[in-house]
Amino acid sequence: MRYRGWKQFLLFVLPAYTLIAVFVITPILGTIYLSFETESGLGLDNYIAVIEETSPDKALVYLQGMPRPPPWGAMVHNMVWIAIHLPLSIGLGLVLAYILRGVKGGSIVKSIMFLGMVVPMVVGGLMIRFMYDEFIGVVPRLFALLGVEGILAKNWLIYPQTSLIALILGSVWLWTGFNLTVFSAALESLPSSVIEAAMIDGASSWQIFSRIVVPQLRPAIMIAVIMTVLWDLKIFDIVYVSTFGGPGGSSTVLALVMYIYFARALDYGRSAAVAIILALLTLIPGIWFIREVRKGEKKD
Amino acid sequence: MRRKISLSTVAVNLVAWGLAALWALPVVGLVMVSVRPYKEVILQGWWTLSGHFTLDNYVNALFNPSYSLAQSYVNSFIITIPSTIVPILLAALAAYGFSRFSFPMKSYLFLALLLIMAAPQQMVVIPLYMMLKDMRLINTFQGLILIHSSWGLAWITFFMHNFFEMLPREIEEAARVDGASDITIFFNIVLRLSMPALLSAAVIQFTWVWSDFFFALMFLISPDKYVITQRVATLRGQYYIDWGLLSAGSVLAMLVPLLIYALLQKYFIRGMVGWTVKG
Repeated sequence: MRYRGWKQFLLFVLPAYTLIAVFVITPILGTIYLSFETESGLGLDNYIAVIEETSPDKALVYLQGMPRPPPWGAMVHNMVWIAIHLPLSIGLGLVLAYILRGVKGGSIVKSIMFLGMVVPMVVGGLMIRFMYDEFIGVVPRLFALLGVEGILAKNWLIYPQTSLIALILGSVWLWTGFNLTVFSAALESLPSSVIEAAMIDGASSWQIFSRIVVPQLRPAIMIAVIMTVLWDLKIFDIVYVSTFGGPGGSSTVLALVMYIYFARALDYGRSAAVAIILALLTLIPGIWFIREVRKGEKKD
Repeated sequence: MRRKISLSTVAVNLVAWGLAALWALPVVGLVMVSVRPYKEVILQGWWTLSGHFTLDNYVNALFNPSYSLAQSYVNSFIITIPSTIVPILLAALAAYGFSRFSFPMKSYLFLALLLIMAAPQQMVVIPLYMMLKDMRLINTFQGLILIHSSWGLAWITFFMHNFFEMLPREIEEAARVDGASDITIFFNIVLRLSMPALLSAAVIQFTWVWSDFFFALMFLISPDKYVITQRVATLRGQYYIDWGLLSAGSVLAMLVPLLIYALLQKYFIRGMVGWTVKG
């Protein structure tokens, strides 16, 4: 493309970038400033305070030994969330995208699994509550029928031992459809001759999956991993409506702690510090995302 | 050999449909609870098909004077429609600028979009809260629309840019030779050719704004301003949970995105994942 003047560029870009500058960039800078603001000038007081905080509803991490059932602190909860949710939703999405190719009505199955992405997350959170409800929920009923006693046959969300894992499993239900859809779209763009050739050579389904499909889908897998990690870090709505971080802080997450500092403690400085910690964590997948996009552009 | 293949096909079908059933279960269950008296659900379970079916829960949820879902439904539409149109128009302009013209440090301006896309909402809300207060826009629809519009710009610009990059330029060049201005070309030619992409972006932006909870929670304070997600989130009872009410509210809240998904699935999927696999 030959060089065309910057005037046109400004004409087209300025309206959008004005809004972005005023309502996105400025508040980002404002949050950074607030997080360092202390009574005696700028400093790290807010950060130190939020990291050392030990009340269960606001703690980010317990540096002196972790209590055995949660609360482990919101930051740890987010990490546990990623550690469980990421492999489950990526693995399930990959395997399903692969096997659905040979399933009658595979596209209907896909549509159903994508439902979790369509419903508002608030409703998703309510559905999680509904599934675990002591009286009408399917999960406790199922475990009761299997003859299991104790917490598993009751409402998982109201016990510190199970509340976090209950939410994480619910989030698998909500999010797997996204990964499945990304992988299906990527699979469709693979030339089918590759898979057919391997079949003729007598490769087993598993060999085709692990040696051909997964390596070929690498770019899609990277994007899905990045999106999943970002989603896990930003998780808020479903926690807010289903447990509000409870019981006893056993299912808090960073975004919720940020909100609690803001709305309950009315401490904007500490709230901003938590927001920055959360944002720094999202920068890791964020920068990775930029590298993937740039790589894709160079290839074109 | 043949037999073995068909056996594994059966197994694969069973697994796939089993999972589909499991995935549909919460939605089906919630709908079942919503159309039956809650007392009956408690006694019999929602999975039984005998018993009464009624829309009482919906009437109760929609028109109860102390928590009018109908009002918050209207509020959601008032906020979501402009919050979809405004950013799409501005982002399409910006994306076109990025894709057709050059500017010093253009690539950095573009990369900034990607970083904004990754940023959590928590990163902006405190200063925004103060700004809106100063501008007397806190607890107003205009304020929330402004914020949703600005927040949506980054991803829509990125999305539309990918589309414009694939759009052939010959028609534009021909129009330029005929003396059409850049703005005319954009509105008369480019936007028309971009309808599928614009629709995809609109479907997703609409669904996201409709489903948003955090911005609304931060910036809409009085209950008569609540949007539907906020309303449903606060419906949970204090001492016992009335699932009849909650399920009806949930179904109403998800009805709009579900309808969009059902009617415009192709655009929905393209908007959600289309930009992840570069065409």
